[in-house]
Amino acid sequence: MVGDFIRLTEDELNRLIDLRIRPGDGLYEKAYAAHLVTGTNQKAQRQLLAARLRSRMGFLQQVTPLHIFVVTLRCEHSCPYCQVSRQSTDRSRFDMGEQTAMRALDIAFASPAGRIKIEFQGGEPLLNFPMIKTIVTAAKARSGKKVDFVIASNLALLDDAVIEFCKANNILLSTSLDGPADLHNKNRPRPGGNSHELAVAGVRRAREILGPDRVGALMTTTEASLDRVDDIIDEYLQLGLDGIFLRPLSPFGFAVKTKQFAKYDAQKWLSFYERGLRRVLAINRQGTPFREFYAALLLTRMLSDRPIGYVALRSPAGAGLGALVYNYDGSVFASDEGRMLAETGDNAFRLGHVDQDSYNSLILSDKLIGAISSSLTQCAPECSTCVYESHCGADPVYHHATQGDALGIKPLSAFCARQKGIMGLLLDILENSPEDAAILRRWATS
Amino acid sequence: MTLPLYGTASNSAGFSPDETRSVVRLRSVDSSAERHAADFALAKTPDEILRATEADWPSIFVVSDGSIDLPSTFDGRLVAVPLKYSYLADGDVLGFDHSSRKFRTLFRQNSAHNSFLVTERCNNYCLMCSQPPKDVDDRWILSEIKESLPLIDPTTHALTFTGGETLSDWEDFIAVLKECRDRLPTTAIQVLTNGRAFANSETVDAWKDIGHPNLMAAIPVYASVDHIHDHVVQAKSTVDETVLGILKLKDRGQRVEIRVVLHALTAPIIEETGRWIARNLPIVDHVALMGLENTGFAIANDAMLWMDPMDYGNGLAKAVDHLSAAGVNVSVYNLPKCVLPKSVWPHAVQSISDWKNNFVEECDRCDEKSSCSGFFTTGRPRYSRGVRAITSHGANLFP
Repeated sequence: MVGDFIRLTEDELNRLIDLRIRPGDGLYEKAYAAHLVTGTNQKAQRQLLAARLRSRMGFLQQVTPLHIFVVTLRCEHSCPYCQVSRQSTDRSRFDMGEQTAMRALDIAFASPAGRIKIEFQGGEPLLNFPMIKTIVTAAKARSGKKVDFVIASNLALLDDAVIEFCKANNILLSTSLDGPADLHNKNRPRPGGNSHELAVAGVRRAREILGPDRVGALMTTTEASLDRVDDIIDEYLQLGLDGIFLRPLSPFGFAVKTKQFAKYDAQKWLSFYERGLRRVLAINRQGTPFREFYAALLLTRMLSDRPIGYVALRSPAGAGLGALVYNYDGSVFASDEGRMLAETGDNAFRLGHVDQDSYNSLILSDKLIGAISSSLTQCAPECSTCVYESHCGADPVYHHATQGDALGIKPLSAFCARQKGIMGLLLDILENSPEDAAILRRWATS
Repeated sequence: MTLPLYGTASNSAGFSPDETRSVVRLRSVDSSAERHAADFALAKTPDEILRATEADWPSIFVVSDGSIDLPSTFDGRLVAVPLKYSYLADGDVLGFDHSSRKFRTLFRQNSAHNSFLVTERCNNYCLMCSQPPKDVDDRWILSEIKESLPLIDPTTHALTFTGGETLSDWEDFIAVLKECRDRLPTTAIQVLTNGRAFANSETVDAWKDIGHPNLMAAIPVYASVDHIHDHVVQAKSTVDETVLGILKLKDRGQRVEIRVVLHALTAPIIEETGRWIARNLPIVDHVALMGLENTGFAIANDAMLWMDPMDYGNGLAKAVDHLSAAGVNVSVYNLPKCVLPKSVWPHAVQSISDWKNNFVEECDRCDEKSSCSGFFTTGRPRYSRGVRAITSHGANLFP
């Protein structure tokens, strides 16, 4: 219920189920400390469980802390795995207008969270930098909430004006870096073939001017990445970044259309992930602190009761409750992946439009309530009895996209296979590799 | 060496027969501080005795093995104690029993380790108790503490209340803590308690209402498993009350320290206990993993309890790692560095109270002596086989 785990032999498991245990036999002690058995009339253990469960679910108290503004769909890159962007130069057609932006801000400020994050996405959001400035200025002029800002950009268009504005308004930058130049440029073509050069220069410059913790990078795994994990990690290390997020490709948008997604399966991705994680651990053993961020998130779920609102690791799901996405044209989606689906004609997660809807009508829409309530892992078949349930989360958008159903059949789900694979790997390391286990436990701290 | 904190006066005079006890504060003969009725001039030489009478001190406290020459005109209060109490100094507070002439040093101005014994009664009966409980009516102690508090220097950094079970008479004791709030608001107040009283919401609400800005309840949890803890404290269902008490304190925003005493029943499972605390009670403010003080019941139960710290060092290091990885503030008390793995050193603190703390000869050539806990002098000290000087060219047994 709260993520405690112990490793038992089959015989021990059977003895535990039959309650053939007694104080002093070793199994009783293990099971008691993990809250699997208790004494009659004991209250403290139940109270501990209640307190811990309340803490784990604490993310529910911060409703919709993330608001994504798609300020343009235009992009100067033409990445084959891209889920949404357009190369059109037609500004009026694919840029967010001021009226739409202000309506979206009204909705964002009507959400209950006291602190919200506004993330600018695209396309390449810097192609509509004037609208970013307008939104930041307008959000700061409003009262009642603390607002953080992030721009998700390929950094190719990072110039003095942008960086000065980021510095003045304490804006974080998040970029894409797929690995060394040849791999990155293959994945992320742009005119001039210099995407890598510009991204690396942008990261360096942002670290220098905004500070080392004010810019992050994300990678996407393509088929070409699969045997390059060491090179990819080294690229992040060389840039002085404090970790890497080894991400699989999402089955959305153009990624499906261009058949990029179908090119590798969960098993191939898992072996890529394991090689990467072991490489990261080796780096730590040599004395350089460096994290794999997805493992860090999972370990926080596994080893602590701190609330994790990360979208794919929570149930109730993060769609809408964790984030709302305001598309350039005013449509509102329950998640970024939801708007990607809509680009290929599937409006399952389109909750409404800024002109017709309020925060309440979006959050209480039948679509959102249906998706969240039908995907609860706490009571879903396969999930509710899964040993990893308390560490995992619901992903209705993924399962809708791959199986046409928000709940999904978990044995057929690559999401499920990846989650189980990574958690099994982490448990194995925690149990059998003391030195690495000590490193992993530190990742769960902050 | 151990400072003698208890004793019998060699002489006393001038005390009112209406009272059985007095609280006494010592002042240097030349002190210009405002005189309180409880103040005594502290005189250690014939010259100081003379100056005290010249300065019209109505009460004089003499530390000397020699004869005491007081002018015949002196008709005030007098206490004389032997020279072995020469540590007594300006600002110190004592409790003095008129008829038996017994006294106890309650507060030492120069010490960072002042503690008040609140009662000798306890509802636990721990196998290693350093202060074996007695079922006696000792409620006079609380009155004596109440009388002492106004005499204590308000700039005192820290004060501990210990027992017995300090919350045996919880209403009276909480009234004392309210006095601390009013008189010693900047002093860190630590209360050693088994925490069982906090399972009762009425007690924990009253505790919260004290409102002292720096108050900590220090509560022992000896194991994550019910029967092990209950066996150590020799009472039934205690861990349930204790853990419930900790939860209720934290629920009300109160500061809590968990203490684990390490001996043959708790040390072999210290990794599990540390992991359990890290997972279940990371909300506590501090965890202290404490070497055993070999005194009181610990001597009687030596065969059952003694375990060389060298034999649990690795488990201890893992417990510290689990706790600090979970963000819990953890310290190791009462264990010298030479018997601890190096990873534990940053957590090892000089925890032993000054009056019962010492080193052995081997320590004289150790590089770490100035930052080491050293040893208890009380009871029947037992030394680990791992005790040896740490020097830049040598190595201790742990890596």
